[in-house]
Amino acid sequence: MEVNRRKFTNFLIGGGLLGWLASVLYPLITYLIPPKVEEQSLNSVKAGKVDDFPPNSGKIIKFGRKPVLLIRTETGEFRAFSAICTHLDCIVQYREDTKHIWCACHNGMYDLTGKNISGPPPRPLMPYVVRIQKNEIIIEKPTNLG
Amino acid sequence: MKRNIFKKVYDWLDERYDLTPLIEFGKHKKVPVHEHTIWYYMGGVTLFLFLIQAFTGILLSMYYQPGPDSSYESLRFLLTKVRFGWLIRSIHSWSANLMIFFAFVHMFSTFFTRAYKKPRELTWVSGFILLSLALAFGFSGYLLPWNELAFFATKVGTEIVGAVPIVGPIIMKVLRGGSDVTGATIYRFYAIHITLLPAIFMLVLALHLVFVQKHGMSEPEHLANLPESKKKYIPFFPNFLLRDLILWLIVFDILVFLAVYYPWELGLKADPFAPAPAGIRPEWYFMFMFQTLKLLPGHVLFIEGEVLGILLFMVGGLAWMLVPFWALKERPGRRIQPMEFIGVAVLVYIGVMTILGYVL
Repeated sequence: MEVNRRKFTNFLIGGGLLGWLASVLYPLITYLIPPKVEEQSLNSVKAGKVDDFPPNSGKIIKFGRKPVLLIRTETGEFRAFSAICTHLDCIVQYREDTKHIWCACHNGMYDLTGKNISGPPPRPLMPYVVRIQKNEIIIEKPTNLG
Repeated sequence: MKRNIFKKVYDWLDERYDLTPLIEFGKHKKVPVHEHTIWYYMGGVTLFLFLIQAFTGILLSMYYQPGPDSSYESLRFLLTKVRFGWLIRSIHSWSANLMIFFAFVHMFSTFFTRAYKKPRELTWVSGFILLSLALAFGFSGYLLPWNELAFFATKVGTEIVGAVPIVGPIIMKVLRGGSDVTGATIYRFYAIHITLLPAIFMLVLALHLVFVQKHGMSEPEHLANLPESKKKYIPFFPNFLLRDLILWLIVFDILVFLAVYYPWELGLKADPFAPAPAGIRPEWYFMFMFQTLKLLPGHVLFIEGEVLGILLFMVGGLAWMLVPFWALKERPGRRIQPMEFIGVAVLVYIGVMTILGYVL
């Protein structure tokens, strides 16, 4: 009987302690997780005039808070991709000499369709849609991403 | 007269806190003298450089203003307008590098002299934790100038944390203060660098030093087995301590030489919308990991190369921390012992990868 009473008290104190610990830790941990910042849902941005981009060149365009790489190929065609390397989050660039998309951080290489072709990147770059409207370049989020 | 006052103060304290055993301990503490004695000084040098870090860090915090629009600017002000600002900052950066270098030397010398063996297992573990904390100091401090290199190093470094299965993504978010590296990340890294890490570091350091005092200096086996009359010792106080101080002075001179003749540069301000510059690389002590990640292909079998690399480093680090608990037995008669072979392999791996990182 004595033992049972002791066990019960231990259980009560132990359980209480655990509950106390959880009630202290929970707010602490949730405090450290940053709150979601409302981001304006952005579907397209104007990147500039067609003439501002010579063939065989690339430029990083701000798409809200994300960098997008706009490329004008040698043939004059426009393409846009997320500029965030799929390997470890660095920002990629267009290499005019090799005509590839290149990440300087770990020497990752993508072709002009955004496909990862050498180095460590595990996935292709996310493509964006490029439209030309009255000589103005408009970059749009691909529709299947909402 | 003067002596009398000291004696009175001592007696007053001794009566209340019983200082005599401590003094006796200091008087009788002795250090073995043999061909490996030089390695006994490495921990002390690391400690000395840590003290310099703490001191110059306090000085820097008097001008540094964390924030995406003020971090870089306040450092530029420090470097160009504050008298000797460049010197203090340069010493802080150089001393950080030297501290990690000596911590590595200290660790490997402990490893090769097998000083981690019973009863010093926890001294080794606490030392490993201190080195990990020093690396965390380096990583968090690297972002604070908010320059180009710092920005990308932090992006990559936190993304590596994010690739750890299950808990990675949430830890990455907590570290970054959001999903990207932004001003919020500077505030968090600053808090970690100047409050959290020093607090934990001091605690583990205190434990480490208590352990070292408790067990005394480890003697190499062939010496430990000699009869007491054949061993050579010097008293810790003042002989060993004075030699320690001489070495600290030499290291301090080297530090000041480096800081003055090779001042640490500030670089270009971070731009979250600029591509990573060519030739980007982390600090030398992260280079072997960086180079490994660079050489791993996108996929190894069914697992992403980076995840595999990170998991291997985690397992390797854990195994290294627990060396005293699994160390392979020595084989009498062998010229190269199994643990020596492992130590050399680790050193060669780190060395080769580091060199490749700078050459490729």
